[in-house]
Amino acid sequence: MYDTIGIWVGAFFTLAIYSFLYKENPVYRLAEHLVVGISLGYTMVLIYNTVILPKLLEPLFAGNHWILIIPGLLGLLYITRFIPSIAWLSRYPIAFIMGTGMGIGFPLTMKAYVLRQLEAAMVPLYESGMPWYEVFGNIVMIFGTLAALIYFFFSKPHKGLFFGTGSKIGIWVIMLGFGATFGFTVMGRISLLIGRIQYLLGDWLHIIE
Amino acid sequence: MKRTVPLMIVMVGGILMMVQYFIPHQYSQVIFNNYLEWAPIVGAFALILGVGSLTRLHSHKIRRKAQNWQYSWAVLIPLFGMPFFALIVPQSLGGGSDVHGVHDFLFMHIQVPIQSTMFSLLAFYIASAAFRAFRAKSALATILLLAAVIVMLGQVPIGDVLGKWLPNTGLWILRYPNLAAKRAIMLGVGFGMLATNLKIIFGVERNWLGGAGK
Repeated sequence: MYDTIGIWVGAFFTLAIYSFLYKENPVYRLAEHLVVGISLGYTMVLIYNTVILPKLLEPLFAGNHWILIIPGLLGLLYITRFIPSIAWLSRYPIAFIMGTGMGIGFPLTMKAYVLRQLEAAMVPLYESGMPWYEVFGNIVMIFGTLAALIYFFFSKPHKGLFFGTGSKIGIWVIMLGFGATFGFTVMGRISLLIGRIQYLLGDWLHIIE
Repeated sequence: MKRTVPLMIVMVGGILMMVQYFIPHQYSQVIFNNYLEWAPIVGAFALILGVGSLTRLHSHKIRRKAQNWQYSWAVLIPLFGMPFFALIVPQSLGGGSDVHGVHDFLFMHIQVPIQSTMFSLLAFYIASAAFRAFRAKSALATILLLAAVIVMLGQVPIGDVLGKWLPNTGLWILRYPNLAAKRAIMLGVGFGMLATNLKIIFGVERNWLGGAGK
């Protein structure tokens, strides 16, 4: 019974969202508003069950982690945002999260976005037994990365052999990349569409297996 | 107190956490472990701001009977209904040992279908965008079009039927030129993030302070 009602409700809201393809209507608007409320409500439950309860309340009530009162009180300062006269106090927890987050993020960003990327781009152009398309691919990858970087370098005018030709090759590589990403995204969305159609025709109407 | 102290917290916290990464000493590890316990707690309370703002906005709309105010109930009822049914009365709909509660029903049969349908809806819009954007008017637009078509055809059975070269070429594009472009963009993003991190830590960038008091 639970599953049957669930599938009918799910099918109703699936069709409600698809009704937007015709034009915006009250049923679509209802679904749109519901999803905002449910997702935030769900996040509240999730945060309470995974953070507030096990990391703050349980250790505090167990009586051996009184130090956790500090982050608890710091977190509560967010509420002052709603009281204009002391709203500035809400900057303290934001500053804590912002400062420490930036500090931790700095070496990690350097590692993941810069050093690892440079390391991965330094591949051998040719090794014995390597098929031609891999050799060609490695050349495209190394010089393509350099060319795309030249395209994004705006401190010098894109003229001459190095900057002019480099940036032209760079935009070609970027367009290939954008095209591939677009194609990949389209395929992902089409898979989701197929999933919803299978839900409607299979789970709901039982027309297909 | 209103601006200087938060800026100092950011600078001290930022430098401390940045430096501890490079010092594999036990004290440094203790600081980091404490941070890992504290940060989620402080961060979790930020949800209060989101819930508070959304509640204020929609209760305001209902009170003023603003345009489409009826839909605000569709936000507020599940917003507080979810925690109520999940934490206060988590009874099962099926009774007994059945684990499905009201909150579970709302999530599985309303939230999940609506969200995946919304994402799948983009398939239609992305197709219409492609129709407008993918006109081979220039050499660059033609490259974009060709790359997208080859990657798309390479991932469906018809691509295999048309020729083995199609999926292989699609894979090659994804593996080499696509990666080159992505890597260059990632390097740019990385340098941007590093610069922003430093600007925030050293107080050059202060927009995060907002306008709460002066």
